[in-house]
Amino acid sequence: MTFKYKNVYINETGTVVGPYEKEGPLVNYFDKSYNDFYFNKKTFEQAESKLIEDSVDIVLDKLDKTRFDIDLFISGDLLNQLMSSNYAASTLGIPYFGIYNACASSVEGLILASNMVEAGQIKNCICSVSSHNNTAEKQFRYPVEYGGPKPKTTTFTTTGSASAYLSYNKEGIKVESATIGVVKDLGIKDAYQMGAVMAPAAAYTIYKHLKDTKREVSYYDLILTGDLGSIGKKILTEYMQTEYNIELKNYDDTATMIYDLENQDVYSGGSGPACAPLVTYGYIFSLMKKKKLKRVLLVATGSLHSVSSVNQKLTIPSIAHAISLEVVE
Amino acid sequence: MEKNKYNYLVNKYTPKENRLTNGVISFLIGGSMGVVGELLRRLWSNILDIPLKDTGTYMIITLIFIGCLFTALGFFDNIVNFAKAGLIVPITGFAHSMQSAALEYRNEGLVTGLGANIFKLSGTVILYGVVSAYVFGLIRLLLFGG
Repeated sequence: MTFKYKNVYINETGTVVGPYEKEGPLVNYFDKSYNDFYFNKKTFEQAESKLIEDSVDIVLDKLDKTRFDIDLFISGDLLNQLMSSNYAASTLGIPYFGIYNACASSVEGLILASNMVEAGQIKNCICSVSSHNNTAEKQFRYPVEYGGPKPKTTTFTTTGSASAYLSYNKEGIKVESATIGVVKDLGIKDAYQMGAVMAPAAAYTIYKHLKDTKREVSYYDLILTGDLGSIGKKILTEYMQTEYNIELKNYDDTATMIYDLENQDVYSGGSGPACAPLVTYGYIFSLMKKKKLKRVLLVATGSLHSVSSVNQKLTIPSIAHAISLEVVE
Repeated sequence: MEKNKYNYLVNKYTPKENRLTNGVISFLIGGSMGVVGELLRRLWSNILDIPLKDTGTYMIITLIFIGCLFTALGFFDNIVNFAKAGLIVPITGFAHSMQSAALEYRNEGLVTGLGANIFKLSGTVILYGVVSAYVFGLIRLLLFGG
């Protein structure tokens, strides 16, 4: 399912990151960073909620607006029942949608917001996502302080939050079109191998987007998936070639950009809902504003497993949503 | 693409784990733990002036204390991650798994958090440890008469 937009723009963004991302190569592109994992809160979950509040505050400050000026707040994270988004929404007091598509939540939010802005139902919207390494470890893996060895295919959940302000004011980055993905499941059961789980969903969404819009890969200056990791990236490139006969040029993956994979101990790269938008809003948008990139296709991918589904030895379904972003001429 | 074909593609790009290196590291560190244990036994035997055969418990308690303390101080996970089975198999691994779970859930209440989750990782070891002790004890009794 693909649709085009005439009048939707991402006017402003806000990004907050934790200590590992601060040591990464993109540190200068983030608005705010922390040196610890608690941010003066008592628990990691409350800390993650604070990340969302911070990123929204940054957006509001940049726009010189207050929360009463915002029509809708859409937010997603990885925690059970969206704990951190819900508490952030409670503090903000803006009309609120909580969404879950795992690490594809960022683009899912952008699509929902774009549709409502385009339809004129709302004037503006703030879309947020967050992830926190320690809350994700606690929920999906082992206690944070437990040092069991992990396979090389593991990804490292990003600590951070990214928010975007969308409206019909023609400034910033244009949301040109979007494709809603289909859930794919090619039989991978290993939750430590999420790149392989999500690559088929990403491939199908890219293929469908190009087909629906009748475009070639070369139409885009950059196709950006988030977040397959260094191994998933290779799998996607070959899968795309053999399955759809599309050669991915100008392609990169946010998981491999947010950290220094050589020197940081992050296995095959970053993950978590915040990874893709942090790289996009921070680094990619700055390149777009300098006109070094004009058209970017952001494909956020999500692995839709839970602790129960993994323990029940089920195969892992995955989803990917694509959104086409353009520089405002 | 069919699932088995895709599986083949995935395996092609999945890096191999360094089993030999990991095994050697675990062997050396696990062996060193044995030496440390023996040194602790002799140390306690000297300090407390008790026979060497009675010092096993003192040695185990010391190792558990060190494992818990280092976990609580926040750097034992990095050491375990490096040493792997060399520190997971000895009693330090058991202490580490309980201490890390306790730290993780302490802010969810003493009963619903810490109490309910402290055996999250080590519960399996206790359950199957007891079951296998029972089974092997029974086999020993039946075959060798105790």
